[in-house]
Amino acid sequence: MDLEIQGRIKELAEKYGPENVVVILGSNEAEAASLAAETVTNGDPTYAGPLAGVPLGLRVYHILEEEIKKEIDPNVYEEQVGMMEMVLDVEAISKEVRSIREQYSKY
Amino acid sequence: MNPVIKGCSHILVHVPNVMLEAGTTQILERENKNSDYLLKINDYIRSYEDCISYPPNQAYIGNIYPDKLNDIPRPWYQNPLPPKRFGAFGEIMPEDEFYALMQISDVFDLVLLEEDFVKEVRRKLEGHPLISEKDLSRLKEVVSLEEIERQIENKAVPLRFNGKIVGCVKKAHDKDITLSSHVMLENLATKASAILAFKHLLKNTGMSPEEIDYIIECSEEACGDMNQRGGGNFAKAIGEIVGCSNATGADVRGFCAGPAHALLNAASLIKSGVFKNVVVVAGGATAKLGMNGRDHVKKGLPVLEDVLGGFAVLVSQDDGINPIIRLDSVGRHTIGAGASPQVVMHAVAVEPLERLGLKVTDVDKYSVEMQNPEITEPAGAGDVPKANYKMIAALGVKRGDIEKSQIDEFILKHGMPGFAPTQGHIPSGVPVLGHIREKILKGEIKRAMIIGKGSLFLARMTNLFDGISMIIEANPGVKEEKGVEEKEIRKMIAKALRDLAEYLIGSEV
Repeated sequence: MDLEIQGRIKELAEKYGPENVVVILGSNEAEAASLAAETVTNGDPTYAGPLAGVPLGLRVYHILEEEIKKEIDPNVYEEQVGMMEMVLDVEAISKEVRSIREQYSKY
Repeated sequence: MNPVIKGCSHILVHVPNVMLEAGTTQILERENKNSDYLLKINDYIRSYEDCISYPPNQAYIGNIYPDKLNDIPRPWYQNPLPPKRFGAFGEIMPEDEFYALMQISDVFDLVLLEEDFVKEVRRKLEGHPLISEKDLSRLKEVVSLEEIERQIENKAVPLRFNGKIVGCVKKAHDKDITLSSHVMLENLATKASAILAFKHLLKNTGMSPEEIDYIIECSEEACGDMNQRGGGNFAKAIGEIVGCSNATGADVRGFCAGPAHALLNAASLIKSGVFKNVVVVAGGATAKLGMNGRDHVKKGLPVLEDVLGGFAVLVSQDDGINPIIRLDSVGRHTIGAGASPQVVMHAVAVEPLERLGLKVTDVDKYSVEMQNPEITEPAGAGDVPKANYKMIAALGVKRGDIEKSQIDEFILKHGMPGFAPTQGHIPSGVPVLGHIREKILKGEIKRAMIIGKGSLFLARMTNLFDGISMIIEANPGVKEEKGVEEKEIRKMIAKALRDLAEYLIGSEV
């Protein structure tokens, strides 16, 4: 995950409290989604950014996961995400992110 | 007057030592004193022979059509092709000759090369078909290794070859960081590789440099000084060395979408009749060398991002032969459009077709971000061109142009495997121009779309994305405009007078 983004997420979690922050990912690959999810829960696994060794334990979802999809107006979802839903491996991405969430999310 | 693509060139330069010295990933990694990556990287660097026999590189310079990569088993680096330096569109230059080309390109005596090295590389360049006597006269055989080492102590960037220091690039100012030795190396590498692309373009088109009216430069870096970081102007600096004495020009930037914007500008200048021959040119980006090297080394691959890329395109007035750039329906991602991938792709790929009453299947080949997947997949970024083709196909499904079950077939037929180095601007739409022009001229395809996309948010000035596209089509042939002859005009006037006379006579009754 981009080092600048890591810094911004850390700041937001400190400002609003980690229990009040939900991270929604948009990565197009299961591996990249998993890395990003791990970064905002267990800390940066590459030990390169501000979240290295900082297990924020945030709630993290991918935009393609069912839990998020049902929260969004179906017309807006279709207009903004419908194409990517058809293109990406929804099952693999959801499985990876869910697995990380279940292991490391504290909220 | 339709603008046409009169010719293209595509070149690569193998620069493993510049990669180690100036690639951003390697520079950042140096901050980590115990870097495992830097300890191992030397074992993963490719030889020049391995680089030129690499199938995607052979596709880039035009020795194989990119679709042929589908028939070559992965990993491609383990399935080399015959190592050909030159191809239909350009060449893959070795690093020692490139150092000399950097010195030829340098007008401020910033590139110092050791005298014995110059003697040797001069001999090699004498055999180069595009390096002239005048170019060779710009090489300087006067600098000792001691002088180079003294300059390196004074913050010059070393230039290494075969494990030895053979030269350096000096800083151009004591205090101005935009003229530091690192930036000067970046800019001179950009300039020299663009010059190489320009020279190949002139050879490929048979044009003389004096015939060029205008140059639009669209590389990654911007040159300038501390009072204007992106002041420019690479275009004229490149044209000066190439000998375009009748041209002027300017630089266009837009992250990876820069070349597509530049091509649109060039086509518009031709269509409006302002100029007759406009060259769009770009050199390579040293910063991006070895960008994903950490992942490559971790996964046991050679560091594949060891080349600079360059290209040049000549856009000219309609000759009735060469493929035309259609300006009546340009795809554009507007500021108010939103930034989701779906919105961007619809604006860029589908809307221009809808305006012309065309379907997504009416475009024979799409050129998207043509990054080589062998470079991006180990870094977790997936197969970028394939993802783009899937998006276009998915939009085709939503429009009812194709069935969902036809997505894979669409990708195979209307796409092509990624083959371009991850140099930012180089993979973005333009690397297929040479191939597409040839296919259209041979009548094998009729219509293509060039799509450029750019991640504008990286500059932290906006969260916006960018995208722009153009349709390239077979030339329908110039229609001769029928002139009205004098005799015809006399007849028309006589008829009008007769009609008037009859009307007047009639009205008197």
